[in-house]
This record gives sequence, structure tokens and C-alpha cells, in this order.
Amino acid sequence: MQTLVTIIVFAPLLAAIVAGLFGRRIGDIASQAITTGGLILACVLSWYVFSQWTWGHLEAFTVDLLPFIHVGNFVSNWSIRIDALSAVMLIVVTTVSALVHVYSWGYMAHDPDKPRFFAYLSLFTFAMLALVTAADFMQLFFGWEGVGLASYLLIGFWFKKPTASAAAIKAFVVNRVGDFGFALGIMTTFWAFGSIQFAEIFPQIAAGAARTWEFAGHTFPLVDIACFLLFIGAMGKSAQFFLHTWLPDAMEGPTPVSALIHAATMVTAGVYMLCLLSPMFEYAPVAKNIVAVIGAVTALFAATVGLTQNDIKRVIAYSTCSQLGYMFFAAGVGAYQAAMFHLFTHAFFKALLFLGAGSVINGMHHEQDMRKYGALAKLLPVTFIAMTVGTIAITGLGFPPLHLGFAGFYSKDTIIEAAFAAGGHNGVAMFAWAIGVLVAGLTSFYSWRVAFFTFNGQARWGHDDHAHDAHGHDDHASSAQIETHDEPLPNGDDHGHDHTPHESPWVMLVPLILLSIGAVFAGFFFVDYFVGHHEAEFWRGAIFNAPTNHVLHEAHEVDEWVKWSPLVASILGLAIAAWVYLVKGNERLGAKLAARNGPLYVFFYNKWFFDELYQATFVRLAKFLGDLFWKGGDQKLIDGLGPDGVSAVSYEVGRRTGKLQSGYVYHYAFVMLLGVAGLLTFALYAFR
Amino acid sequence: MTGLLSLTTFAPLVGVAVLLAVRAASGDNAKTDALARWIALATTLVTFALSILLVVQFDAKNPGFQFVEDVAWFAGLHYRMGVDGISILFVLLTAFLLPLCIIAGWKSIDKRIVEYLICFLVLETLVIGVFCALDLILFYLFFEGGLVPMFLIIGIWGGKRRVYAAYKFFLYTLLGSVLMLAAILSMIAIAHTSSIPVLMTYKFAPWLQTWLWLAFFASFAVKMPMWPVHTWLPDAHVEAPTAGSVILAGILLKMGGYGFLRFSLPMFPNASEVFQPLVFTMSAIAIVYTSLVAFRQTDIKKLIAYSSVAHMGFVTMGIFSGNAQGEQGAIFQMLSHGVISGALFLCVGVVYDRMHTREIAFYGGLTNRMPWYAAVFMLFTMGNVGLPGTSGFVGEILTMTGTYQASTWTAIVATTGVILSAVYALNLYRRVMFGEIVNPDLKTITDLDKREILIFAPLIIATLVLGVYPNLVLNLTASSVDGLVGAWRAAVGG
Repeated sequence: MQTLVTIIVFAPLLAAIVAGLFGRRIGDIASQAITTGGLILACVLSWYVFSQWTWGHLEAFTVDLLPFIHVGNFVSNWSIRIDALSAVMLIVVTTVSALVHVYSWGYMAHDPDKPRFFAYLSLFTFAMLALVTAADFMQLFFGWEGVGLASYLLIGFWFKKPTASAAAIKAFVVNRVGDFGFALGIMTTFWAFGSIQFAEIFPQIAAGAARTWEFAGHTFPLVDIACFLLFIGAMGKSAQFFLHTWLPDAMEGPTPVSALIHAATMVTAGVYMLCLLSPMFEYAPVAKNIVAVIGAVTALFAATVGLTQNDIKRVIAYSTCSQLGYMFFAAGVGAYQAAMFHLFTHAFFKALLFLGAGSVINGMHHEQDMRKYGALAKLLPVTFIAMTVGTIAITGLGFPPLHLGFAGFYSKDTIIEAAFAAGGHNGVAMFAWAIGVLVAGLTSFYSWRVAFFTFNGQARWGHDDHAHDAHGHDDHASSAQIETHDEPLPNGDDHGHDHTPHESPWVMLVPLILLSIGAVFAGFFFVDYFVGHHEAEFWRGAIFNAPTNHVLHEAHEVDEWVKWSPLVASILGLAIAAWVYLVKGNERLGAKLAARNGPLYVFFYNKWFFDELYQATFVRLAKFLGDLFWKGGDQKLIDGLGPDGVSAVSYEVGRRTGKLQSGYVYHYAFVMLLGVAGLLTFALYAFR
Repeated sequence: MTGLLSLTTFAPLVGVAVLLAVRAASGDNAKTDALARWIALATTLVTFALSILLVVQFDAKNPGFQFVEDVAWFAGLHYRMGVDGISILFVLLTAFLLPLCIIAGWKSIDKRIVEYLICFLVLETLVIGVFCALDLILFYLFFEGGLVPMFLIIGIWGGKRRVYAAYKFFLYTLLGSVLMLAAILSMIAIAHTSSIPVLMTYKFAPWLQTWLWLAFFASFAVKMPMWPVHTWLPDAHVEAPTAGSVILAGILLKMGGYGFLRFSLPMFPNASEVFQPLVFTMSAIAIVYTSLVAFRQTDIKKLIAYSSVAHMGFVTMGIFSGNAQGEQGAIFQMLSHGVISGALFLCVGVVYDRMHTREIAFYGGLTNRMPWYAAVFMLFTMGNVGLPGTSGFVGEILTMTGTYQASTWTAIVATTGVILSAVYALNLYRRVMFGEIVNPDLKTITDLDKREILIFAPLIIATLVLGVYPNLVLNLTASSVDGLVGAWRAAVGG
């Protein structure tokens, strides 16, 4: 088993190295085959490990591969930690990654840089696997920043597009803001508990929960501070409110990347971290409440923005952001199992929605504006069915009395019920619950809007001259908004065939079908293990609940109306979306609403003006300070008073004494010789 | 093996003798120049081999000085040499970078080649001498003497404003060395010895420590350089030839950090404790201030030079944190910075050799024509940003962790450097490498040639190996650093 898990982690790395370094020599097909093969191997082995964990007799273990950093107590090793959490993450990461690799054969077929693309994908997978199998904070941080690097490289994959490289930098820098908190959180934890090994820290927490931390004249509970700082890291990686601005722009990357990194895996790393660190968070009530509030606010914020966007990928990106908010407030109210469950099901249906969107974009010759779609159901039948399945899954349709539904029905409803249950003794949780129900309705509306707008109604693409420059449509978007556009070249108008939408090749459709199966059955099949009767045997201590935390059990015993509430909200959203986008005669309703440009619409459409705010504050401040320090500080103050001032004086002196000609080097050598002479003379006396 | 240390130190001088002999024999012509390059390269490679031999024979468990040589000179002076876990790495770093410097100037230097090579070889001897000297006077000779060839390299083979840069360098350094000289004189007068190991255990009165500490600080702070005495560095870098920048950033700056570790901390422990807040403040300011300045630069080399100052801020902060993570991190950071910043200056050299400009605005879209260069530059940019998996990360996280335990505020401010470094480094990369090629001059630019790949290969390996398995170095430094920290703690009663 130790060899097996080592192969799982390193197969993608090896494949990435081969494809990255020798891609041009061995050719496109070989590079694609090696990376895809490596991932399929890792995927198959991961499912074996997972099945052994769930139905076999596998127990948690850690493989130590190599020492990493050893300085005093600061001990980190390269290792592979296998437990319930990492087993779940292994299958999520490798399954979606393998399918995305396969899908990319079709999606990237015309790209000249295929080896580089596949190498980056595999490199990402390796970093993600290193992240989920870490046994200490340093390897966790390695994976954390490693996936950040891969994300940066893949968002900026089409490096000729200025918008792509801008979006790539934005993603990296905003994540670094999160990592700033993360690093300080690690340092606080190390300072408090004298270790960075999870296995050494966790047992100390209960005893150290009452410890405080004096800082800036205030006393803080130590574990709360550490958890809060670590959570900032999670906010960055998982695009939570305040640090979310990079995720929509990340849609600049090729669509398979959006599916793998910016929907199913990397952005869920923050949720994973919170669950992994549940032994710490359980003793940090304040930090947990902050998590719940931020999660709930993100869910609401992203959903409101998602209502108004016209770019198909952007809507799904905001949807991801919103769903991550659900996972966070689940963790915040103590239902880590529910958070992990939603992470698991979300990976399937969100990857499905993204790959489906990619298939539509591919079929529409790289058009992403939904206002230019319509009536595609017959032309892209497989994509249509797959996207519909994904939409049903994300909106959580199901039948509570029979406890039967699509994947999102199980996981999202558990979260909402858990928030309600926790709300009995925590106002923050009740706030999260209310938002959770409301957002269920919003989610349903914008998800169905995508589906109906794309596949039903009138065709809005035929008469169009297929203009790629039609992106100047955003008359009310501000300049700070980066327009995402999934295609390698801004003017790559060279597809050379007619512009009728077409269905994608099978190599792209098969992953859609497989993910559809996941989106239908993942909830029904695994609900008992993640959050149901077998929950305790499944997790086997990987997730810790404080002795007073019974939220998961209480969630199953909430009133019947609570169980129905998200479904009612969801059906309401579906009904409104159907009325606006399906009923004949209402075709222009959405456009009319948008054209009215009401304040709320503008506010939502411009994403609550976060980009403008950050542009006006942080970016401008950094530029201002940089110039001030450079031209004012260095040039005027330091150089002016220092060397230049001295040189002006010495120039005067030199001019008067007429000795300017001598070279500075000789000056220096002379002074040094004098010094040595003095030294020697002095030493002669001193040692006498 | 006795004498190995001296052999390593003075091996480059043998090369100098051979160079002079060859020139005397065959005159000043192109053939001599070609031969001279090979002789210089062979010399530096032999020196590197000797330094590896040193490391192999080094006993990592012994915290004291090894390979000690002590020969009475004249007038009571001694020739004392030796290395411990702190200094041996700098010897190795120097010997590692020198052959790369020789190859880097293989084609781009076309005037006074023999003199150029002699400068580098003499510099190598003097710098290795700095790290091995166990006698104050010997140390001073090496320390100050090393600056002469550096002046010459900037002043003769430098750019347009080379005289201004050399002059600025000179002014700053002069101030520092005069004060250090005075301190050395008084130490010898009071302790009646110039032996560094003896002085390390000599207990100077606290008031005296304060003055001596300040005098040494003046010299080392300029050399590091610390804020606000850093303004000579960007100018010196901009004017220096590529190999000169590599040596300057890679090795000469480390003499300051080494000085703090060898003198300030062990000899003046109480003063070090008193001045800890000062150093922390200056370091924290350096990190934020110079990172922001770097962000606004328009010259590639200046940008990297400012980023060097920021990275040195982590070093000074770690050194004065007074715990194992901080000290080990500082040493590691110096080593890693030597490799990464050296490599970044070489990256600048690659495009400078082709286009003869360092203006960022001139470039753009290089990835289109230079995919291998893009990959190499990306790797070292990530190293500069401190991405885990590269050596840049280890030093940063250790110094921050060490500082956190001594002063949380400083650590918090310093950690913002993690964000700022990403801002300036990635923006530089984007402006130079990404986008379409717009400038017509760039349409025919060529990718790395074999010689350039040969230079980068060892640096890439070093960055990644040290990033993945830093214990290789941490194990070497551990016992000496533990000794240093233990002595410091005992002295300040902490």
C-alpha cells in the first residue's frame, strides 16, 4: 500500500517532467499519452485505496519519504499521509484530473503548445496531491503554493493575451495575500505548540485551548488567533469574500483548467484545510464564527453577481465561489463532514458544468457570451443532457420524504440543515441558514438561466457575423474589469469553416457522461458514509468534533419544514428562470431589465465594485509609495544628504585644491594602505 | 589534511601567476586571450574541487573551527585560518559561482581580458580569505582588499555611469571601514590578541561592546546593504558587467551577514541584544520599502538589485533573532540568494548581451522566441518570490519563524514582503516575457545557446536541490549555529 500511494503522488510529477522537458522531442501525441496515462493510473490506484478505506480494512498511515526542513523543533518531512480526508481528496483530484486530461485531447486539439499544457496540468495534479497528503504544515504550504504556481501558469497559458497574463498575476498576488495570513498562522502555531507536525500539534490543543496571546496591549485567545490567520490563507485559495477577486478573472485560462483547478480541486483546498485542522478550529469559537460569516456572505455575494453576468464561464465561476461559501459556513458551524461531502459532490457537478460550458464554447467557435447562444439543445444533444444533469445536481433537486435526489440535494441540504440545527444556540449559524436558503433560490435561478439561455429559446447566433470583437458590449462595466475570453488569440478568426454550432468530439463527451453519472449518484451512494449512519466509521477520527458538538446528528432531526425549505427556494428559482427564459414573448425581458440599468443591477453586474475599490486603494497606494520611496526617499533624501551631497562638497574641495584627476580606486587603495600601516604599527605596540 | 584551506584560498593566485607568465611569453593577442580564458576556468574549477574536498572532509558534528592553520608571522602577528559550519558554506558558494562568472564573460568581455580574469581570480582568493581568516588583522586585509578588484571590475568594464557608481560604492564603504578599523585597533589593544576564536569568548565590558558593535555595524550594514545605506547597490549593479553583478550580489553582500555572525553576535552579545530592535526595525523597513521601490523600477537590473536589498532584510532579521530557526534561516537565505540572484543577473545578462539595453519597456513577448530562456527565467523568478520547492522559500520561512519568536511585529511586517515580492517579480516577468513581440529589434532574438545552458544548469540544480532537500546545508550548519545561539543565550541570560 505504501508503494501504491507513492505511485499515485509521483506518477503525475514524472509525467509532467517528461512532457515538459522533452515534449518537443517526443511530440504532441506522446506527451499527451504519457500525462493522461499517468493520471489514469493514479486515478485507478486512488479508487483502490479509497475502496480499501471505505469497505476494506485499511487504517490511517503515513509514509515518510525524505526529511525536508529540520531546524530544532521545526521538523518537516516529505511524506504521504493517508486517512479518510486524504483518501476522499485523492479520488476527487485524480478522477477530475484524469477526465480533464482526456477532455483536453479534444478541447486543445488545435493548440500549438499541447505538451506544455499537459505538463502544467500534471504538475498541478502533483502539487494538489502533495497538498492533500501532507503530514505537516510545511508540505501543506508547499502544495498550497505549488497549486498556486500551476494555476498562475495555466491562467496565463495563452501568454500572448495581455488579459491572460494580467489575470495570472492577479491570481498569484491575491493568493499571496492569503498566504501572508497562512504563513503567520503557521508561525503562531509553531510558537504556541513547538511543532509543525499535525500529529504532534492536535493532541496538545485541548490542553492549550485556554492559552492567551498578548499583542499590542490586548489579550487574545491563542488558538483563535492561529485559526483566524490560517483561515485567511483558506480565503485566498478558495476565493472567499474580500479575496475572491481573482477567481472570475481566472476564467482567462483554457476551460479544462477552469474545470479542474478553479472549480473541482484547487479552490476547495481551503475547505480541506479547515476540515483537516478541525482539531484546532473546534477550540476556536470566534474563528469558527468568522468562518461561518465569511462563508455565508460569500455565498450570497457571489450568487447575486452570478445573476447578472452574461459570460457563461463567469456565471459558473461565481457559482463556484458561492458554493465554496456553503462549504465554509458548514465548517464554521462545525459540520465539517457536510463541508467535505459538498466538496466531494460539487467536484463532480461543477467540473461537469464547466466541461459542458467548454463543449458549448467549442461548438460555438469560442463565443462565450450567452446572449449570442440560444436553441442549442438539438445541435449539441449530449452536451445539453449533461449540462441539464449538472444543473439539476447543483440546484439540489430531490424529494425529501424518500430522501432521493441528485448529488447536490444531499450535500447542500445537509449543510443548510446543520446550520439550522447549530442556529439553535448560535445566532451566526442562524444567519448562515437564512442566507443558505435564500442562496439556494438564487443558485437555482442563475443555473437554470444558463441552461435555458444557452439551450432553449430563440437562436441568437445565426444572423451574427461571428465577431470576436463583440466584446465591447459591456457599456456599464468599468475599465478595471478584465474581460475573460477563452481562446488563444484575440483575433484568431481562422476557424475556416462555417459558423453553425456543432457537437464536440467523443473524446470530450465521454468525460461529460462519466461526470454526469457522478453528479447523479455521488450523493445517493455516499451520503451514509460522509454524513449519515456510517459517518463515524468512515472518517475514523480524521475529522474531529468537540465533545459538545453534535451538530451533524441534530441536523438529521430538524423539523420537516426546514428540510423542505431549500427545495422550495430552488423550485421557485427554477420557476422564475423558466418564466423569463422559456415562456414565449418574454425573450426580451432579461435584456430589458439589464438595459434599465437599475442601481442594484449595476451594483451586482460590477461585482459590488471590488475591483475598482482595490484598484483605487491598494494598487494606487503601492505605486504611490514605491515612487515616493524611490524618488523621494532614495534619490532626494538618502543620496542627496549622503553620497551626492558629499560628492558636491568634495567636488568643491577638489576643485579648490586642484586634485580632481586622481582616480577613486587609488584614493581607496591609499586610504586602505594607510589603515594597514596604522594597524601594523599599532599591533607592534600592542603585542610587545 | 592541514594546508587544504590555504591551498583552496590561494589556488586562484597560482592561476594568476600562470596567466601573467603566458602573457609574458606570447604577448598580447587574441590567441593569448583565448588561452587565458581556459586557464582561468581551469583554475576556478580546481578551486571548486578543492572546496568540495573541504566540505567532504568537514565534520558536521563538530561545532568548532576545523582545518585550523596557525603560523606565526612577524611582529607577533599570526596567520590563522579555519572554517566552521557557518563559514564553510560561503567558501563553497564562492568557489561554485566563480567558474560560472568566468564563463559568463566568455564572449561579452572584449577588452583587457587578461586583466579582467586576474581581477576575478584575485577577488576569489580575497573573498575566500575573508571567510577563512581567524585573525582580526588578516580578516581586515582580506575584507578591505577584496573591494579593490571589485572597484576595478566596475570602473573598467562597467557601463556608462561606472565612475559615479564606483565612487558611491567607495564613499559608503570608506565610512564603514574607517570605523571598523578603529574598532579592531581597540579590540586588540584591550584583549591583547587578534585571534578571532579567543576574542569570541572574550568578555568585553557592556559599554565597550556598544561602541565596538556600532563600529562593526557601520561596516557590515553598508556591505549587506541595510536600509538606509543601500543606495550604492542599485547603481553598482547597473554599471557592473554581468559577472561583476553575480559576484557582488552572490558573494560580496554575504560578507556583511557573515560579519554579523562572526563578530557582532559572539563578541558583543549584550550589545547585540540592546540593538536587536534597531536591526529589526531597519530590516522590516528594508523589506517593505525596497520591495515597493523595486515595483516601480524601469531597469531590469535595478529592479533585481532592489529585490536583493529586500532579501537581505530577511537575513539581518534572522541573524539577530537569536534562535536556531532565525540563524540557520539567515545562513540558508544568504546561500540561496547567492544562487538565485546570481542566476537572475545572468538572466539579465543573456538579453543584455543580445540587445545592449536593460530597459524593461524595450522588451516584451520574449517567450515567443526564447522558450528555454522563458523557462529558466521563470524558475529563478519563482525562487526569488520564495516559492516552496525552491531554495528561496526555506530561508524566508525560517527567518520569519525565528523572528516571530523574538518580535511578532517585525515578523508580521516582514511577511508582507511575501506579497510584495510576488508583485514586483511577476510584473517584471510579464513585461519582459509575455505578450506579442512588438519591438522589431526583438524579432530575430535567439534562445539560449549551449554556453548559456551550461551556466544555468548548475544554478537550476542548486536551486531545486536546496529547495527540496535543504537539510543538506542545514545539517552542516546545525552544530555551529547551536553553539552560537547557546553562547549568545548564556551571555544575555535568555
